[in-house]
Formats: sequence, C-alpha cells, structure tokens
Amino acid sequence: MLVRRDLRLALRRPGEWLQPLVFFLVVTTLFPLATNPELSRLRDMAPAALWVAALLSSLLALELLFREDGQDGTLEQLAVSGLPLSWLLLAKTCVHWLLTGLPLVLVAPLAATALGAPYASIPSVLAVLLLGSVALSLIGAVGAGLTLGLRRGGVLLALLVLPLAVPVLIFGARATALAIALEPMAAPMYLLAAIAVLSATLAPLAAAAAVRISLE
Amino acid sequence: MNWVWFHKLGSPPHFYRLAGKMLPWFAWPAALLCVGGLYGGLVLAPADYQQGDGFRILYVHAPAAWLSVMIYSAMAVYAAVGLIWRINVAHALAASCAAIGASFTFVALVTGSLWGRPMWGTYWEWDPRLTSELVLLFLYLGYMGLRSAIDDTARADRASAVLAIVGAVNVPIIHYSVTWWNSLHQAPSVMKFGKPTMPASMLVPLLMMLLGFTLYFAAIMLVRARGEVLRRERAAHWIAAAAEET
Repeated sequence: MLVRRDLRLALRRPGEWLQPLVFFLVVTTLFPLATNPELSRLRDMAPAALWVAALLSSLLALELLFREDGQDGTLEQLAVSGLPLSWLLLAKTCVHWLLTGLPLVLVAPLAATALGAPYASIPSVLAVLLLGSVALSLIGAVGAGLTLGLRRGGVLLALLVLPLAVPVLIFGARATALAIALEPMAAPMYLLAAIAVLSATLAPLAAAAAVRISLE
Repeated sequence: MNWVWFHKLGSPPHFYRLAGKMLPWFAWPAALLCVGGLYGGLVLAPADYQQGDGFRILYVHAPAAWLSVMIYSAMAVYAAVGLIWRINVAHALAASCAAIGASFTFVALVTGSLWGRPMWGTYWEWDPRLTSELVLLFLYLGYMGLRSAIDDTARADRASAVLAIVGAVNVPIIHYSVTWWNSLHQAPSVMKFGKPTMPASMLVPLLMMLLGFTLYFAAIMLVRARGEVLRRERAAHWIAAAAEET
C-alpha cells in the first residue's frame, strides 16, 4: 500500500524524479568533453565515468527520499503506526530505487555506447549497474535518515554517504571495466552482490534507527 | 554479576572524579614511553640497510595508523554503549574520540606520504593502506560534521552514534575492497616490513611507541571527556562542589 501511494505521488511530479536522470546523462557527456574524444581512450574511462556519474546522481536523488514525507509528517505517522519501521523504510527505498535507480540503469546503455562500450557488453553493464544502484539506494537511505530535517543537509549527506559507497564504486567500476573488455567478470559481480545483500539486510534497520532519532 | 560499577561510571560526577584520578596514571607512562621509544627509535636503533634513516618515521607513522583504526572502533563501542543503555557519559566519550582519531589519521597520512617521497619517489601513491586511511579520515570528518550540524546534544549523540556503528561495519569492507582494487592494478612497489624480520633493537622502541601513543590517547580522551561532561552538565549542582574540591 505504501509502495502504491509513494509511486502515485511521485508519478504526479515527474520533474523531481527526472532531474537526477538528466544529471547522469549530462555528467557522462561532460567526461568526453573534458578529455580526448577518441573512442579507444573513452573506452578506458567509461567505467569510471559511468560509476562516478551514477554515484553522484543517486546522491542527488537521495534528498527526495524522505524530505517531503519528513516535512508533512507522514514519516512520523509511519513511525507510530505500529508496523515495523524498517520494513516500511525498505518499501520506501524500493520505490525510490524504482523511480531513480531503475531509469538510470535503463538509460545507461545509451551513455555506455556513447563512451565506446561494445554492444555485446551492454547486458553485463546493465546487470552491474542494476546491482550497484540497489546497494547505493540502500546505503543512501541511512544517510538520508540521519540528515533528515537538517539545514545544511545536502552537503553533509554527500560527506556521510560517499565514503560508505567506496566498496560499491570499486567493485562496480571493476566489473564494468571487465564487461567492456568482454572478459569474465564473475568475481567483482559476486562481491557486489554480497554488498547489495548485506546492505539490504542491515541498512533498513540502521535507517529506521536514524529516522526515529531524527523525528524525536 | 554485579553491574553497579558500570552504572556508577555512567553518572557524570562520578565519572568526572574518576577520570581526574586516572589521568596521571595514563599521562605519565605515556610521556615516559614516548620519550624512551623515540630515543630508542631515533638514536639507538640501527639504520635500515635498504631504507637508511628514512625508516625511522615508522616510529610515528605506525602508532598513528594503529590508533586511527583503534580509536574508530573505540568510538563505535562507546556509541553502541551510549545508544543501548542511554548513558550520556558514553556519548561524551565517543564525541571526544572523534577529533583525536581524525588528528591521528591525518598524522598517519602525512607521515606516510613523507615516507613515500624518498621510498617511492612520490608523495602520494595509491597504496591500498594509504587509500583506506584516507577514506577513514573522510568517515571521521563525516561523523564530526553530523555532530556539529545538529544543535540538540541528545539528538546529535544518537544520530552520530548510528553513523559510527554503520561506519564501523563498513571499515573492514572498505579496507578489503581497497586492497582488492589495488592489488589488481599493480604489484607492491616496495617491500613491506615483516614484523618477525625486525630485529629487537628496532622492534622494542616501536612497541614502546605503540603503547605510549595508546596511553597518550587514553589520557587526552579523558581530558576531553571531562571537558565534554562539564559542558553538558553545566547547569548541574555537582560542578560547584567539584570545583571546590580542586
């Protein structure tokens, strides 16, 4: 029910949710402009460009996660509803991922091809981003819960979340690099999946604790 | 088991007095050990046959690096204690850990890069250990940033406690992922110190410095925690009594 409500609310204001997506495309466009647009060179840089852009755009989107609901008191209602808050937040994070993570994964082939990734590698690049964006959304939910209602929340959110996202970035970029080189990429994929599972189990608990503290 | 001593520790006046009494017991051994360790390390220990006198920065670098990690774990433990048993003093201890830990991390980074200049030929190498130390510094800065961004002390305590615990879960993951990341890129460029291969004349000063730094941290933490407790309890009556005692 919460999922349906959040989805409906969000779909009525597409602008907010599309902005991080456009941001992702703009950043990946900036990378070739800042360097030599030779396709072979770009191909070396593509994983870095894709992942840094994905990380920043997911960071940008995080502010939307709890802000509205924190301001109008919906979160408080959820917290006192008697249902386990961690599950509710997990549902909210899922919706958030559906609206920001999934579209990002869907436009990623565009950006990846533009950066010189061969067509054969696109499915693997998609799979890596799919896993990675799930982990990023979950880790970010903790940071968003902690900075809920703070005045200088945005910059602080970046400072809190980015160091925690380092492992996702490393494994994601490595797996993408292997995928673009059309090499087997199981090892970083497994590690990335492990991080995604770990954050799926632990992050909602931490986010629930953080939101409760922020609401006090 | 009798938990009275534990709950007594949670009372600010008791902690304030106890910390004041314990302080010299940490501070003096720390000073003696550091002086002894520095003398042993900088004067008595022989120069390394590969690295010459450059290796001597190890006597500051290794203890600082060890403390940077240890203080983070201590901070997370204090944060957990404060969060679970709602003990204000534990939060004060965690708060006083952060700045010390960040300073030691910074010292470890600076000495590491100074050591890297003659050994690697560059101030900054994307060495896994240095990189994870840098990420650790960012974690400390995030913790301090969150704490200073929240005006209400009780809320700042609990929010930063959650962050410290999340960070503590992440520190090993970050460390191993960084190690994994770099081992794919390049082979180790310099032979690392193997602990058992170190002769006693080098090892003993190092151990003295490690212990000395740790005790120094404990002493500074107590000083800062006493100040923090005073700041938090500034409206309480016992402070006037404590001021008369001293």
